[in-house]
Amino acid sequence: MPATFHLDPVDAEDFGRELDKIREGVLASLGERDAAYIRGLIAVQRKLELTGRALLFASWLPPAWAAGTAALTIAKILENMEIGHNVLHGQWDWMLDPKIHSTTWEWDTASPADQWKHSHNFVHHTWTNVLGKDRDIGYSALRICPEQRWHPIYLAQPFYNALLALFFEYGIAIYDLELERIPSGRKDPKEALAQLRAVAAKIRNQIVKDYVAFPLLAGPAFLPVLLGNLTANMARNVWAHTIIFCGHFPEGAEVFTEDWLENETRGEWYVRQLLGSCNIDGGRLFHIMSGNLSHQIEHHLFPDLPSNRYAEIAPRVRALCERFGLPYASGSLVRQAGSVWKRVLRMALPGPGRPSAAEPPASALKAAA
Amino acid sequence: MTLTRASATPATLLRPLAAAAHWLTSPLVPEDYLGLIDPLWATGELCGRVEAVHTETSDAATLVIRPGRGWIAHRPGQWVRIGVDIDGRRHWRAFSLSSAPGRPDGRVTVTVKAVRGGLVSDYLVRSTAPGAVLRLGPPEGAFVLPEPPPPRLLFVTAGSGITPVMPMVEGLRLDGVNGPDVVLVHSAPAHGEVIFGGRLRSLAARCPRLRLHERHTRSDGRLRPADLARLCPDWTERSVWACGPPAMLDDIAAYWTGPADGLHVERFHPVPTAQGSGGRVRFTRSGREAEADGGTPLLAVGESAGVLMPSGCRMGICYGCVARLRSGQVRDVRTGRVHGDAGEMIQTCVSVAAGPVEIEL
Repeated sequence: MPATFHLDPVDAEDFGRELDKIREGVLASLGERDAAYIRGLIAVQRKLELTGRALLFASWLPPAWAAGTAALTIAKILENMEIGHNVLHGQWDWMLDPKIHSTTWEWDTASPADQWKHSHNFVHHTWTNVLGKDRDIGYSALRICPEQRWHPIYLAQPFYNALLALFFEYGIAIYDLELERIPSGRKDPKEALAQLRAVAAKIRNQIVKDYVAFPLLAGPAFLPVLLGNLTANMARNVWAHTIIFCGHFPEGAEVFTEDWLENETRGEWYVRQLLGSCNIDGGRLFHIMSGNLSHQIEHHLFPDLPSNRYAEIAPRVRALCERFGLPYASGSLVRQAGSVWKRVLRMALPGPGRPSAAEPPASALKAAA
Repeated sequence: MTLTRASATPATLLRPLAAAAHWLTSPLVPEDYLGLIDPLWATGELCGRVEAVHTETSDAATLVIRPGRGWIAHRPGQWVRIGVDIDGRRHWRAFSLSSAPGRPDGRVTVTVKAVRGGLVSDYLVRSTAPGAVLRLGPPEGAFVLPEPPPPRLLFVTAGSGITPVMPMVEGLRLDGVNGPDVVLVHSAPAHGEVIFGGRLRSLAARCPRLRLHERHTRSDGRLRPADLARLCPDWTERSVWACGPPAMLDDIAAYWTGPADGLHVERFHPVPTAQGSGGRVRFTRSGREAEADGGTPLLAVGESAGVLMPSGCRMGICYGCVARLRSGQVRDVRTGRVHGDAGEMIQTCVSVAAGPVEIEL
């Protein structure tokens, strides 16, 4: 029985107050150490990228190709996840450094920063895991919970999810355009066109840089450089897809219906963020490489707290969950990724799937509590 | 003509190169990578490196700064905004440039007096060591001598008010017979607390055309306009440059009987003359909100709420901080005037909330 069932409104408020205390404690202690972390990380990322690209100039030597491609892949992963994602959340706005600020940052991915901030920071983080409100449930392409009505197209979802993993940044860019809202008039086609142009410009810039300019500069190493850059982009896509899918789609992540939102208190908002998110266990390096989205629970409770603080508050959040009898979903990368793929495969087929009538959605029971 | 062509050649060569480099660094700019090697190479964000720190008095120090690429030579009397990261957060304050322009070593100096409770001034005086990198604004300010300088001059300064005046006086040719006639009246608490004391005294000893009146307020009391008339009887016939505490400047302005364009005054801080009632401030673009009291400028309110506020001189001069007011009214801390129409551009550094306010930031 999901833990929400016995969390009454008073407990939810207490839970929220405890989390607010954690948040205020972190905000009050932000300082030099945190600024040094993000500046240091940005410097490391840029040096890694320079190293990777320099090595690829000698990529007719297989070890140079492998080392260069690996360095570039790591640089691109850091740029997207621990730096880009978190800067765009405003986690570093408090430094008042215009170079590291959510209003000025642009990243090396197909989604323009402002479009992504709308669909991710606003829509996803406000309505996390609420069916019909949070478009991230299945990214408008996958059926990942039994509450979504089955359609024969979902039979192919294991195949197109694998394809999505390879081309994830393009998938997200198209998804951010919210094209499916145009027919119903919920989105202005003119706005969509302007956004499409911005996406096209970003894709063009990446293609020119990775598949034309740098290969041309390498002269005789044109082809290996092109292949190295393609590999780095695709590896980054697969990694990002894996980490992000492990955040909300493993077994145990709950989905809510819109009636949960009626008169939702701050405490209940926190509870929903917690129940809809899953962590991945790992060491410090793993957390950095995953953009600390391995601390998806902490990230969803406090999306604008600097990511380097998630690891230190995670034990406190977990202890709070134990105190309030709330689940804290966490598992190894293999377990969480396996769970996601199991769910993608299961939900490709019709039927209610695992959460059956014996286990009704949490929202139905909130009213009963 | 020749000059134009000579300077255009490298530019015409560099421009397509810079554009090409852009394709290689997208979505960053080339200088983001240059800045990795040396922050002074970046031009998008002007930096300066502190190369030496000289103690002037117990609470004042001169920072010798090498500005990065893009620095424009200043004029004596101008000031510069300095951005410094303290506990991870960036703070900007304006300081007078105390060096003469065009030093052969390319460096500039600012002389900072640690203000009681002043976060940035205290940090710069006591915690800044050679090697520190600071952010710089361009040289600003209209407190400058005309070219050629007037034949008879009076400088009235107190405390750190000497910092913009020092390079002005040093820039004048006072050793020859044809130079201007200069009187400098400077107040400081005591002999040992005179910023640039040694430099001033040796300059006065060297230059017959400079008369220096040094006043020590701890023993002699504060300078009054009547003292000024006694020390320099023709003071209203001179071209006067004054810089120091607001009370002294107000005194001088009140007693000034000379032509209006003969008195030049430099104030270090805006003087709050009225307290607004305060209110809830909403920053509409960032979606942030904060409660503002009637004494805190909206610029500071926004910054503590984490909004990236455009800012400049913080004195109401440069209009680097203007933002569009969507609703509500603000009070100008300098004049006490309450104003504000929807759509008006307001200076956030000298405006406080007079009731609830919405700002497009």
